[in-house]
Amino acid sequence: MPRWGMVVDLTKCTACQACVVACQTENNVPCVEPEQAALGRIISWLKVLPEIKGAYPRISMQLMPLPCLHCDSPPCIRVCPVGATGITPEGVVRQIFARCIGCRYCTNACPYTRRMFNWYKPNFPGELQQALNPDVTVRPKGVVEKCTLCHHRLMQAKERARAEGRALAEGDYVPACVEICPANAMYFGDLDDPDSKVAGLARSPRAFRYLEDLGTEPKVIYLTEGEWAGGKEKPRQP
Amino acid sequence: MEKKSHGNLEALGPDAVLVQPIVATRSSFYHLALALLGFTTFAFFAWLHQLRWGLGTTGLNVPVYWGFYITNFVFFIGISHAGTLISAILRLCHAEWRRSITRAAEVITVLVLFFGVGSVIVDLGRPDRMLNVLKHPNFHSPLLWDVCSVSAYLLASSIYLYLPLIPDIAILRDYGGKYTRFYRLLALGWQGTKRQRHLLDRAIAVMAVLVIPIAISVHTVVSWVFGMTVQPMWHSTIFGPYFVVGAIFSGIASLIIAMALIRRIYYLQHYLKAVHFDNLGTLLLVFALLWFYFTFAEHLTTFYGRDPAHLVVFYSKLTGRYAPLFWGMVVTCFVIPVGILCRRRTRTVTGTVAASISVLVGMWLERFAIVVPTLSRPRVPWSKVFYSPTWVEIGITLGFGATFIFLYMLFTKFFPIVSIWEVQEGREVALEEVAKRIDSYMPGPPAVEGARFTAGTEGALQLEGE
Repeated sequence: MPRWGMVVDLTKCTACQACVVACQTENNVPCVEPEQAALGRIISWLKVLPEIKGAYPRISMQLMPLPCLHCDSPPCIRVCPVGATGITPEGVVRQIFARCIGCRYCTNACPYTRRMFNWYKPNFPGELQQALNPDVTVRPKGVVEKCTLCHHRLMQAKERARAEGRALAEGDYVPACVEICPANAMYFGDLDDPDSKVAGLARSPRAFRYLEDLGTEPKVIYLTEGEWAGGKEKPRQP
Repeated sequence: MEKKSHGNLEALGPDAVLVQPIVATRSSFYHLALALLGFTTFAFFAWLHQLRWGLGTTGLNVPVYWGFYITNFVFFIGISHAGTLISAILRLCHAEWRRSITRAAEVITVLVLFFGVGSVIVDLGRPDRMLNVLKHPNFHSPLLWDVCSVSAYLLASSIYLYLPLIPDIAILRDYGGKYTRFYRLLALGWQGTKRQRHLLDRAIAVMAVLVIPIAISVHTVVSWVFGMTVQPMWHSTIFGPYFVVGAIFSGIASLIIAMALIRRIYYLQHYLKAVHFDNLGTLLLVFALLWFYFTFAEHLTTFYGRDPAHLVVFYSKLTGRYAPLFWGMVVTCFVIPVGILCRRRTRTVTGTVAASISVLVGMWLERFAIVVPTLSRPRVPWSKVFYSPTWVEIGITLGFGATFIFLYMLFTKFFPIVSIWEVQEGREVALEEVAKRIDSYMPGPPAVEGARFTAGTEGALQLEGE
């Protein structure tokens, strides 16, 4: 059984936000009017988070793409009163949109604020209606939604592999954000397969997990920016 | 214990005034009821509006996912501790002054619980799916613990309200006024026989014992909704007892206000006397001091520990955007009530009512200052979005308050708000019993005949000498 995980190399990341746009279109994430956005009601499964370090004049900003971290010990699934969220055997933290009662306890329990609530009926103005992805359901108003690691792509990859009579190979299943990344800063694969790219990178001395002291055990792993800490992992040209 | 049958109201003697609100209704009652129902209607339309367009019509946002509704939930469930808990403790302690106030307290509990539950339902994004908590329960969730304990509390406190009502319902049935069939049904054939009295005393005593742990569990579990998360200034081990103390605190305050209104409107000055307000005022004072102790302990620990994530929330409360709310809470929950209640001269009816109003405002602010600042400052750096309620949330909040008052008024029109039989019992037998009880504490042979008090397994007022 694979344990899907992601590695994001912050040195390579240019914060171009292509991953954000890819995620929105791939997963039918509804649009939000500017005045609603000003109220802080943007729905984004993946967000590039600006973290400011230090103070002027020694100030630096780190930009990190932040999807749901698909924690191995997720605080969100314990608190759901109706079991609308859970973790699949492959380690994906999933959400049952049809069962969610919209109490927003999970959104408050997630220390990463990576769960989104549908404040209104989903809005896809104009041409965006035609751009809807038929493989992904549109969520109704009043439920919580979140990153699924493009679970529909996993389903399709599994079916394709079964049709071709082979096992799922590395690279068969990649979420939209990882696929689009122009800087090749994102990696995706099976963390339990010691030979996989992500498992190797996860062992890098540069690897860290966001707010890992909370004990959430995220499966999205970051490689620190700046000086190479170990020298084991050299930057690779895309 | 002999019991006379009540053929008419004259048999009640001076206590006939307790039935007066049921017998006659003044026009001011209808005016006030209409005004309150106006708020109810407005809240109902606000809710329909919210259902139609979604929770976007509230001021909630990312990351402040909870606001007025959850504050109201904690506040209303807190007030519910007025009744049952206070009345049960006073009964078990044989506090004789309880007799005329227990009913008023118990009604608060039962009615306000509906608004606590209602606040959560209004807060749901999909209230149409709320029965999923029964269909797909996840017992790891503190919210489901809440569902269980609040249901148990509603059941237990309803029984605890109903049991001591039975003899009074029988009085109304025998009086033969309006709705006799309704009272006959509810009186369960009460005749006041010795056996019935004995059974009732036992049942009330059992319920009084049972209801105390349930009541404490309810507010503990409410606090755990916050305490079980890892969020800064929510993740606190002190929250259980802190919330219970706050709940009893606001419960006593609402009881004092209710009693003052009843006494004024229904001319019950001889039943709800200054001594009742003095006693409850002293209890309120004790809880104001306890509340301060818990608040101080909670905030000093956070401050001293200097966990950066906690400190951000801490400073937003003490010096930041929520400082007016936080210090307002300290003034209204501590400075004003303690200032009024610490002197006997100001612990009058007016004084305790003023202190109680201040406490209710303060406890609402306290709940708000727990829910919102933590959510406003998550660990992950977030653009500063502030929460302020919209007309929908304010309308529903006011509507809930008004509807609660309306239902309370309605109750006084169907049932005596001061327990008639308990007051009669107090007048008939309690004096002798208390004399025997005190005598039993004293050294030497009993001065009063038959005064050997048996430890209270047989109900509150069971004595060997009978």
